[in-house]
Amino acid sequence: MQTLLLAEIHARGIRAHGAETYPHECCGALLGSDDGGSREVRGLHKLVNRRADSPHNRFAVTADDVREAERAAQAAGLEVVGWYHSHPDHPALPSEFDREQAWPWYSYVIVSVINGEAQIMASWRLADDRMRFEPEKIAAAAAS
Amino acid sequence: MPINVLIPTPLRPFVGKRNSVELTAPTVGEALRTLTEQFSDLRKHLYTDDGRIRSFVNVYVNDEDIRYLEKESTPLKDGDTISIVPSIAGGR
Repeated sequence: MQTLLLAEIHARGIRAHGAETYPHECCGALLGSDDGGSREVRGLHKLVNRRADSPHNRFAVTADDVREAERAAQAAGLEVVGWYHSHPDHPALPSEFDREQAWPWYSYVIVSVINGEAQIMASWRLADDRMRFEPEKIAAAAAS
Repeated sequence: MPINVLIPTPLRPFVGKRNSVELTAPTVGEALRTLTEQFSDLRKHLYTDDGRIRSFVNVYVNDEDIRYLEKESTPLKDGDTISIVPSIAGGR
């Protein structure tokens, strides 16, 4: 199983964002590094959920938002290693819609927010055949 | 001078970790087909099962979105750059 190193400060940031936007889904970029053997989140880039038509169960990050996140990552000497979003009143499990829309390689962190409180957080990577997500272990990293 | 196709990070594992690929093609559609013929594992991530470019795959020619040009029929000339830029979506 792949591992995503995530310092508590960034885990708290994702949880806080999910609680802040509840009952709507939040979204953002995971900025960090991947040397082929180890992937670590070193920062977050909060984004606006562009699905104003259905924010309680959908999120969208436009190509311009992706470019903005990539510029922010580059400015910090990092790269975009994945994305996070919340599931209001729903488990931190990727949906079929999540799978259909996913890109390979990225880490997808999902935080479950129940009645406004962030609960379980899980990370996933799309399998190369696109047929499923594979769980990714979240391990605590030292704050950076 | 060939066309340069910029490969986004999530697709680089499927093109030998390259960040760009040079090829020759008359249109964007032909360029993407040539790319996926050369790197067949890319195909499922760029195209749906019925052969359409996936909705979250955004293609630009010299920073212009092909949706506002001639889509896959957008003509290319030597030295043009094609950028493949993700958009991200999901939800419960």
